[in-house]
Amino acid sequence: MTTAHPVPAGSSPGSALAAGALPSSAPVGASSTTRPDGAAPAIEIVALRKAYGSNVAVRDVSLAVGPGEIFGILGPNGAGKTTTVECLAGLRQADGGTVRILGRDPQADPASVREVLGVQLQEAELNERMTVAEALRLYASFYESPADPAELMDLLDLTPHRARQFGKLSGGQKQRLSIALALVGNPQVAILDELTTGLDPQARRATWELVERVRDRGVTILLVTHFMDEAERLCDRLVIIDQGVVVAAGSPAELIESVDSSRVLRLRLEPHEEAQALEILTGLADVQAVTREGHEIEVTGTRRVLPAVVLALAEADVVPDVRTVTRSLEDVFVHVTGRTYDHTGATGPTATDDRSSTEGAGR
Amino acid sequence: MTTQTATHPQVAAPRRRKIAGTGWHGLRTLTLTEARLLLRDPGTVFFALLFPTVLLVGVGFAIPGMREVMTDAPPPWGGLTAVAVYVPVALATAVATVALTTMPVYFATFREKGVLRRLSTTPMKPQGLIGAHVVINLVTVCVAALLAVLVGSLVFDLAAPANLSIVVGSFLLGILSMFSLGMLIASRAGKASTASAIGMTLYFPMLFLAGMWTPGPIMPEALRTIGGYTPLGAATQAMTTGWFETGVPVSQLVVMAVWTVVLLPLAARLFRWS
Repeated sequence: MTTAHPVPAGSSPGSALAAGALPSSAPVGASSTTRPDGAAPAIEIVALRKAYGSNVAVRDVSLAVGPGEIFGILGPNGAGKTTTVECLAGLRQADGGTVRILGRDPQADPASVREVLGVQLQEAELNERMTVAEALRLYASFYESPADPAELMDLLDLTPHRARQFGKLSGGQKQRLSIALALVGNPQVAILDELTTGLDPQARRATWELVERVRDRGVTILLVTHFMDEAERLCDRLVIIDQGVVVAAGSPAELIESVDSSRVLRLRLEPHEEAQALEILTGLADVQAVTREGHEIEVTGTRRVLPAVVLALAEADVVPDVRTVTRSLEDVFVHVTGRTYDHTGATGPTATDDRSSTEGAGR
Repeated sequence: MTTQTATHPQVAAPRRRKIAGTGWHGLRTLTLTEARLLLRDPGTVFFALLFPTVLLVGVGFAIPGMREVMTDAPPPWGGLTAVAVYVPVALATAVATVALTTMPVYFATFREKGVLRRLSTTPMKPQGLIGAHVVINLVTVCVAALLAVLVGSLVFDLAAPANLSIVVGSFLLGILSMFSLGMLIASRAGKASTASAIGMTLYFPMLFLAGMWTPGPIMPEALRTIGGYTPLGAATQAMTTGWFETGVPVSQLVVMAVWTVVLLPLAARLFRWS
């Protein structure tokens, strides 16, 4: 497949940013607290504010997450993501705004959400000598109606390591146990904070699949990440947070579409075909620009530019190698903040992962 | 499977809140698990359980004259072996070791590593963890003390307590007051090294005032007076009174009770998860 992104059904360019990314001064109305389908939100944050002394970590964050969604909070390190979810989980007292989980107020009564909320925190360890099975059994005992530890171990591929002590687990195994512990109370809502930081690429992909498996069990997931590709791959919808403020909100496809609805492809042709191809390309309605980039021809156009170009060239018996150049959430970030995205994550993916190019043949 | 779970959160809320409010679910499992984990740490177990015994036996054999009957000492010391007089000190040491080293370091390590933070996301209350560790350490200290007295009786000529209930009561009140002090460190120290440093800073002066180096009749009167106001010194003096004398050590018992009543609520109030 060469299509860069699934085309969001019925969405018009430009509408995405209006959905929930209202700037701080905008009144918080029904539009930002209800989902498109009108279901009551599983998570609701309205005008959250939290400062540590003179340092304002969260200036103004509002979001609403529907039941069963994987919702992302994306932003560079220090953007206020973790503070936001700590306030949401009732682990930290907010300075202003309201938070609700399934209609309960974790700020006023943190105990009210403990049975229904699972939280996976960054850098939270266990007693080094506690085994995987012991940890799950212990944490299960805290809840009224816990999940079956054995089933969770199966789900998270921990069964082979059940008798291993925490101190001897690998980073990926610790992370999976951490997710298991967040789920052992059979929560309806789970907060997962930077769950793939420190994992190798293979373990990251495996963890992503796990998150989807968990969602398939009916758990609403709030995913905190500074990885663009992770948010793009996993989230149904997301907010981008920068310097304590929501700067964009919507589905990954909507966000990318809203920044730039054009599509870019690169063609590689036999030298003798180039003149003819250029002539055909410039005559197409869906093509906006054609430029030469080294040995390749870059074509910019509408969403339909790919089939139009391939079809037109095929009719002239020209079969190029086609590569689509995809835009990513990183472009969205640059667009809304005017700054480049600061990859300060120690083991983050390389930049090429984020702005990826998908290889593929044009037929 | 999109959830029957989250459809009517408003309806579910009051019922859940009542259950969630208990916060004691799993206290038994927590206590047993923590105890089992402690047993996996042979160094700590050995130190906590055997140190008082080793101390008593070591002092009895290493220091000349400890096993001889004191003939020239004033009452109530006359007719006792020196090592017998040292028994309350050894018991106080058992209490201090757990209260000022084991417990604060354990909690600070948990805090440093985020174990407490993770626990705070569950329905378990902080009091649950404190309670579990107080129980575990209480058992540890009692076993250690019993072991010291038992081995001491087998090896040396020890006097039977004159008033067992005063000895036991003083010992338990000593544990309470010292655990309260230890828990205050445990509640605040952000790092294991900090907890260890504070604990050790208190440990040796407390042992000094409890008569570690000047047991029984050797302790100067001024030192004894000062020691009587510290929890550990009061515990030692009260146990000594119960063991070798008649009468009730009222002042020492009150001192220990006051330390407990002041420090324990303070520790619970100042407790932090991270």
